[in-house]
Amino acid sequence: MDGGVGLLNYGIFLATLIGIYGIVTLGLNVQWGYTGMFNLGIGAFFAVGAYITAIATSDPSPSHLGGFGLPTVAGVILAMIGTGLLGLAICLVTITLRTDYLAIATIGIAEIVRLGLKNEGWLTAGVRGIAGIPRPVEGLVPGFDALTYLGVVLAALLLVYLAIERLYRAPWGRVLRAIRENELAAQAAGKNVVQFRIEAFVIGSMAMGLGGALYAHFVTFISPEAFRSEFATFLVWVMLIAGGSGNNRGAVVGAVLIWVIWSGTELITGRLPEDWVTRAGALRVLMIGVLLQVILLTRRQGVLPERPPRPIDE
Amino acid sequence: MAIELVQLLIYGIVLGSILALGAIGVSLVFGILRFAHFAHGDLMTLGAFFAFSFYVGLALPMPVAFVFACAATALTAVVIDALVYRRLRRTSPVILLISSFGMALILRSLVQLIWGPSNQVYDPGIQFPYLIWGLRIKPDQVTIIVGALVLVTGLHLFLQRTRIGKAMRAMADNIDLARIVGIDTERVVIWTWLIAGAMAAAAGIFLAIDTRLHPIMGWRLLLPVFAAAIVGGIGRPYGAIAGGLVIGIAQEFSTLVLSPSYKTAVAFGLMVVVLIVRPTGLFGGRR
Repeated sequence: MDGGVGLLNYGIFLATLIGIYGIVTLGLNVQWGYTGMFNLGIGAFFAVGAYITAIATSDPSPSHLGGFGLPTVAGVILAMIGTGLLGLAICLVTITLRTDYLAIATIGIAEIVRLGLKNEGWLTAGVRGIAGIPRPVEGLVPGFDALTYLGVVLAALLLVYLAIERLYRAPWGRVLRAIRENELAAQAAGKNVVQFRIEAFVIGSMAMGLGGALYAHFVTFISPEAFRSEFATFLVWVMLIAGGSGNNRGAVVGAVLIWVIWSGTELITGRLPEDWVTRAGALRVLMIGVLLQVILLTRRQGVLPERPPRPIDE
Repeated sequence: MAIELVQLLIYGIVLGSILALGAIGVSLVFGILRFAHFAHGDLMTLGAFFAFSFYVGLALPMPVAFVFACAATALTAVVIDALVYRRLRRTSPVILLISSFGMALILRSLVQLIWGPSNQVYDPGIQFPYLIWGLRIKPDQVTIIVGALVLVTGLHLFLQRTRIGKAMRAMADNIDLARIVGIDTERVVIWTWLIAGAMAAAAGIFLAIDTRLHPIMGWRLLLPVFAAAIVGGIGRPYGAIAGGLVIGIAQEFSTLVLSPSYKTAVAFGLMVVVLIVRPTGLFGGRR
């Protein structure tokens, strides 16, 4: 009986994280899948979203800025605005350059965010981290806090999915695909390429910020050490590529698939001899890294390849 | 004050030499294969740890360990290319970029698996610096600067004098034209990886001599290395050398006004300014 409850709790925990990663993967899909814009700073957007809501909603503390004790909804909205602005700032610098430069710039931002979180103690409490981030639905249904929060995360995932799926079918999404396939042609058709790309990048960044904020309210404690930033970035990329970039359902499927595989690798490393325990993490990353290369080499389009809506006159 | 500035300049040249060696590889790969190689930092780490095994593990003399480590890393780079990158080359360069990002994590976790996750050093103990006119210079730092000079000179002679070096420059300038005149592009690609890998290993070993060995040492240096390649004009190996020195010196001088923990941010800031003001880099690379 206890085993059953434990398994159920683990399932809820797993599903909540999958939901959060799903939202972030959808955000990357707008940037990379729709528009072909690189982002190797996903972990940084995630962390910034988490920290903004943590500072906004936690109780006042002498060890960091705030907390302002705002309602969770306000914290989450602020997190999305903040990460959107961060995305805008990166765009303003790199938007006219080749996509390689965007990738390098996002790495730069990620590094600066990492250094900032660690060193600016007045803002983030440094390595000690921020504790006591409120869980929004605590006590709403007594005894089922974890399950209600899963409901919140899944509702958010559904909302994000519906919103960006709608955008994909809208003329706006069509322009993004045009830019991805042939930027010059899109420009020649009179589209303001720069503006569309900025919009796509900012919307994607906001989804990543939302994911980060939901994560903060889920774990209730965040610190710079808790974010293995480039690892989160890497995992989200594998999710999108495995699922099928350009396809929103693919992005969600990829999040489920890769998170289950990632959790499953723990079963393998759990069987290792004692003195390998400290290296288990590295072995798991290695396995996911090899998986990415295999997917890239054998099935680049992912599990669910992109299926653009048919042209109207067909 | 003047002494302090010269001291920082020396530190900057040491760091700049390391960055330049890394940036040469990034620039060559970009010039010839047209993608930003994100695993370059971790190739540096691998080189440093190879040298650790040869020097500490097998107790070989350092110069021998250095050469062996460079050779091993160069071979690793060629193998990675043959196994993965070569098969992806027909697709768009951004797929290669993703692949190299994944490769960075693969290399890093391999280093952690083989050599463990903690800090290591080649030689325990403290080196006493030479004191010259009030300047403190460690023997290791002299080794790094001289070593970098030798390697850069060697690269220069290779690119200018040898047939394959000329073919590399031709391919970096215009890949289609290079094919038309009958240059064996696959052979040039292999040489590119050999040189980029060896230079990366040298950078990693020098970095480990200057600081210490750690599985993420190279990844942490990737951004300044990219910054050096971009400031020097990406695709231009000579520019990369100048770019490395500019970034290295700027990073050290920045400690006068900024907390040293933000050194990387300085490299990034400089890179962004160059990208805005002069996107082809200071020495006219490609866009």
